[in-house]
Amino acid sequence: MGMIRIHDLSHRYGRLQVLDALELEIQGGRCTAILGPNGAGKTTLVKCILGLVRPDSGRITIDGERVGDDPEYRRRIGYMPQIARYPENLTAREIIQMIRDLRGNPDDTDESLVHDLRVDGELDKPFRTLSGGNRQKVSAVLAFLFRPGILFLDEPTAGLDPVTSSVLKDRVKQERDAGRTIVLTSHVMSEVEELADSVVYLLDGRIHFEESVAELIGTSGEMNLERAIARRITARVVA
Amino acid sequence: MNTLKIARYQLRDVMRSRWVLLYGIFFLLMTDALFRFGGSGERVLLSLMNVVLIAIPLVAIVLGTMYLYGSREFTELLLTQPVRRRSLFLGLFTGLALPMSVAFVLGTGLPFWAHGGLAGGTGSSLLLLLGTGVGLTLIFASLAFLIALSTEDRIRGLGISLGVWVFFTVVFNGLVMLAIYMLADYPMEKPVLALSLLNPIDLGRILLLLSFDISALMGFTGAVFRRFFGSGLGQGVAIGAMAAWVVIPFALGLRSFHRKNF
Repeated sequence: MGMIRIHDLSHRYGRLQVLDALELEIQGGRCTAILGPNGAGKTTLVKCILGLVRPDSGRITIDGERVGDDPEYRRRIGYMPQIARYPENLTAREIIQMIRDLRGNPDDTDESLVHDLRVDGELDKPFRTLSGGNRQKVSAVLAFLFRPGILFLDEPTAGLDPVTSSVLKDRVKQERDAGRTIVLTSHVMSEVEELADSVVYLLDGRIHFEESVAELIGTSGEMNLERAIARRITARVVA
Repeated sequence: MNTLKIARYQLRDVMRSRWVLLYGIFFLLMTDALFRFGGSGERVLLSLMNVVLIAIPLVAIVLGTMYLYGSREFTELLLTQPVRRRSLFLGLFTGLALPMSVAFVLGTGLPFWAHGGLAGGTGSSLLLLLGTGVGLTLIFASLAFLIALSTEDRIRGLGISLGVWVFFTVVFNGLVMLAIYMLADYPMEKPVLALSLLNPIDLGRILLLLSFDISALMGFTGAVFRRFFGSGLGQGVAIGAMAAWVVIPFALGLRSFHRKNF
């Protein structure tokens, strides 16, 4: 469950070829980190899967079902954006209620993160008064709220304090172990090392390499993922 | 209906950001003051006409552009939910156009009712003024959405919005006058008639002046309009053209929203 197949995906912004005939299979029930330098196409790739960007060509399927105009497939997806901005005059509680309404008010929602991330006290304040960190916590609550089978987390812990960051990471691990598909982008390699099963490294809209975290570290002889990836990239360039 | 759900929350957000309230109060004070100084309902209507034709397009296009830019990230979040793009577009549009229209109608209508300005034949003229105002709100909100969707840079988008407003308010009529002056030897009635259909603000002015029946203020396009169509048919044509102005930019905005890469 939760397998994402991407076939021959291309997209350009003006002259810039952001995605270049990309082929990728994201395994279900695992945590895959999408890495790469700025402008490598990470965000565009994720946005194509979410339906925010309409790719020029190519095909995306989730468990064999093609991603297209019908928005129903997004019922299975939870998304935590990197920058979270909401209507300034609404409260977090109202936003959560709105998204619930849009999903038809399912009963089995999971609000444990409200308590775990300690945002209880912020739910009734207008959004414009919330700090960046608190907005991000609300985004996390929304992403996990409907127990989605597939989770997209875009820099989930950037801007969070160590305590909440740990809580969130524990939660991600818990979901991964429960068999959910998790797609993560992050600049913090220790986080990727901790959470991800495998790494997809994008460069110029193509896959530079794709490997499991254990393998990457094991074969490189380096002590952590950051070093291992650095070595892997420079090795390619020299060769 | 997802459209209504989205509109409901957008509406709540807009209502809490007080500018709609200020907008309504502006019309309320203006209309009330015109009654206190000017007297009869007919004269108030005439003075209000110019406010409606200038202020509504300006506020609708500027606030509409800012509104859509302001809800960009939230739009992205909603698009990751099981929501159709069309529902979201309609919800966003309703969340802006509805409170603006209601603020205008109440702000203008209430003083009329309070001052007894509906006596005589002014009732139907007021209705026409309110209708024109709402029509212009929809038209310029649609144009605002279209501009905000096609321009990523907010400052530039806002600049284009102001430019469009200046064009329809001032430049357009100047160009028409220039054309008439330059081509004075040719029969210009029909071309001018066609041109006036291309400017929603001009259409609004013609529509209202045909109803008030004040040819002195009608300007060239209005006079041609009346002579060509007569008052009754002229109004019908103007209303039809206004309706087209509501539908076309809205449809273009919807299409661009449907295709957009967020």
